[in-house]
Amino acid sequence: MDANTTPTTGEYAKKTIKGAGNLLTFLIILIVDIALGFFAFKLFSFGYTPLGICFVIIILMISVAFLVPKAYMFKWMAVGLSAWLLFSIFPIIYTIYNAFTNYGDGHLISQAQAIDQIQAQTYLPETGKAYEWVAYRSDTNEYLLWLRDSEGGTKLVTQVDVEGDAEIPIVTGENGIGELDEEGAPVTIEGYTRLNRILASTDKNLTNIKFGDPENTIQVRSPSEAAELLPLYAYDPETNTFTNELDGTVYFDEKGTYTARNGQRLIPGYTAVVGMDNFVQFINSPGLRGPLVTIVVWNFIFAAGSLFLTFSVGLLISIIYGDPKFKGKKILRSLLLIPYTIPSLITILIWRGMFNPDLGIINRMLETAFNISPRWFTQPWLARMALLVVNTWLGYPYWMLVTSGALQSIPSDIYEAAEIDGASGFQKFWGITLPLLLVSVGPLMISSFIFNFNNFNLIYAFINGGPPIPTATTQAGYTDIIISYVYNLAFASGRGVQYGYASAISLVLFLLIAVMSLLQFRFTNMWEEVGENA
Amino acid sequence: MPKHQSSIKRSRTVGLVWRWVLAAFLILFSIFPVLWIISAAINPVNDLASQQLIPANANLDNFRQLVSNPIFPFFTWLKNSLIISTLSTLLTLSLTTLAAFAFSRFRFKGRQSLLKAILLVQSFPNLLAIVALFTISKQIGDVIPWLGLNTHAGLILVYSGGAMGMNIWLMKGYMDTIPRDIDESAHVDGATDWQVFSKLILPLLRPILVVISILSFIGTYGEFIIARTLLTQREMQTVMVGLQIFTAGQYTKNWGVFAAGALIAALPIMIIYLILQDQIVGGLTQGSVKG
Repeated sequence: MDANTTPTTGEYAKKTIKGAGNLLTFLIILIVDIALGFFAFKLFSFGYTPLGICFVIIILMISVAFLVPKAYMFKWMAVGLSAWLLFSIFPIIYTIYNAFTNYGDGHLISQAQAIDQIQAQTYLPETGKAYEWVAYRSDTNEYLLWLRDSEGGTKLVTQVDVEGDAEIPIVTGENGIGELDEEGAPVTIEGYTRLNRILASTDKNLTNIKFGDPENTIQVRSPSEAAELLPLYAYDPETNTFTNELDGTVYFDEKGTYTARNGQRLIPGYTAVVGMDNFVQFINSPGLRGPLVTIVVWNFIFAAGSLFLTFSVGLLISIIYGDPKFKGKKILRSLLLIPYTIPSLITILIWRGMFNPDLGIINRMLETAFNISPRWFTQPWLARMALLVVNTWLGYPYWMLVTSGALQSIPSDIYEAAEIDGASGFQKFWGITLPLLLVSVGPLMISSFIFNFNNFNLIYAFINGGPPIPTATTQAGYTDIIISYVYNLAFASGRGVQYGYASAISLVLFLLIAVMSLLQFRFTNMWEEVGENA
Repeated sequence: MPKHQSSIKRSRTVGLVWRWVLAAFLILFSIFPVLWIISAAINPVNDLASQQLIPANANLDNFRQLVSNPIFPFFTWLKNSLIISTLSTLLTLSLTTLAAFAFSRFRFKGRQSLLKAILLVQSFPNLLAIVALFTISKQIGDVIPWLGLNTHAGLILVYSGGAMGMNIWLMKGYMDTIPRDIDESAHVDGATDWQVFSKLILPLLRPILVVISILSFIGTYGEFIIARTLLTQREMQTVMVGLQIFTAGQYTKNWGVFAAGALIAALPIMIIYLILQDQIVGGLTQGSVKG
């Protein structure tokens, strides 16, 4: 079953490792490792630890494969497995991890970033250190603020959001500053108007503008006072809590959101592990669960219906026209194969134009012939019907090809024996053709079912899941299947992205698919093939 | 007796007639959308509402618009698509062939588990991991910009890495049918593994190489959702992304231009199908469904 049974290959492989090539291999691998190592180091320094670890694994794998003689067989796979690790395995692990986090709108950043952002929120204290002030306004509505503290120190500050120095030295003759009055405030500044008390109190902008150094900004508090802004929330690293400086409310870290006892939350939250929350939400929330039941049921109907229709039409064609005496078989097959030869996205978009309820050719014909004009895109069951029609068109040529091949492999003497026993055409079909066919194409039916179960392209490009389900709290439509629903959860703008929740549903979907796939592997004895000629 | 014979003859004629009637209906069903899109492409009216199946004053205006339209750089997209599909097919092909050779010819610890893992992982739809793929691309791009988001090289890597599973299995299955006596005797004559692979096995793999490259080319050419997520700039995108974006807008007013673009975009794949029909059928029945 393993290496011991085939020593010859091993011996020859070892021979290739030895000799002059040895040193060269070593040097090349050394260079590759250094390059990848530098890349991994950069990833770590950017804070992309998981991806960095992934590259460390790749470096180890490549080194072992090429430098350890016993691992010679991995030389053949090292690059392929690296790509597989990076773009197949890692995304799955990442998705699994996301399923247990609250990653999504309001929780897109790390804890350190969230704490920084909350600490940056400030308030204007009603008491405390105060300044006297004089304001100056330019023609373009830019402001300067002159301040004098209780000890008599003065300064002239600019707006926080305007480029340049935060403070301008008060020297007559420089920067357009004119004479100073008895308190030390410039009487005139070139390009600016000095606002007297009345002008200042009618200026609506002034009290909202932050002045000075971004670290400790100053704002006008009253006609006579300006004051330094203070951080609104004080962070305590030991208890990991925020306290509101104004009313003393304490906010506790609850799974990535700082939340007060009364349920009030601070924005933003951070990406945190929330355990099974997404799955619990999935089971408990009626708004989320409601559309999901509809979607799952339709998903199965769609996959089964598509399989049944495409298989039936394909089989019908190969039975009727498989008769060797039938002339024109070849040209017929070529014509009927056409749907298969066009990239499916293109034909889906063409069908979308044809089904357009107001302008499309289908409704124009129906109107002429029967005077009806079905609303294909707004009536749930009509939309579903249209999808099945389109999918039948897309899929029957596959089954036509597969079944015509499979029918030929059914030995003709079985039919002859049945005819001698007096079996009718239908009896032959139900008793012989269908059972034998199902055995040989059964595995393909499962993979076709799985394919349609996840037929995102059709649902998305034809109708984008619509018409919308009105009671749903997230974007969901009557023709959505699980995969398109998940995609919209993760990416639909408007209602916000919910990667964590979308990943949780992805996992559930993956389990469903994995069960179906295992069933298929059973059927095709792919598992047994693994051990073959060992 | 003669009466009986004539009734057999008549029922045979009746059988032929309804077969041809049914065939005519099926042919109509199968080619109608194609005829309709050809008609739209050569119809100068360019509007979905007023399109006739047989257009008046047919000309090539819509095709001319494709060349000159600045917000719809159709031929840039087509070129992108052909480059991306060709390169990722070549990459997939070389990586899977080498790996499959090891799985088919060597026996080692963990071989079975690895093969099963590859197969099972393959059943996880790439689309579900799209947030992860986006993140990986972005992070790689922060270090090496030409491999990151909005680059063709990055997309090619994602495509090739994601398509390993099924192709390794197809390839290994085919290699297993090549008798191992061939390489055993070559080994006795002193050939290395690499010589066995390149001189003996590789030439025998031609049929399966053709199948995998066609399926992989068609698959990547038709893919649009990953491409749309990873390629953010208009002139970097592929033709499928372009057509899909086009129909999301006011497409009923530009139906003729869309039709012309759709026809040209479909052409490469239709040609491949017509030339290599039989090989494709062989590949399909081995378990992969068109995607």
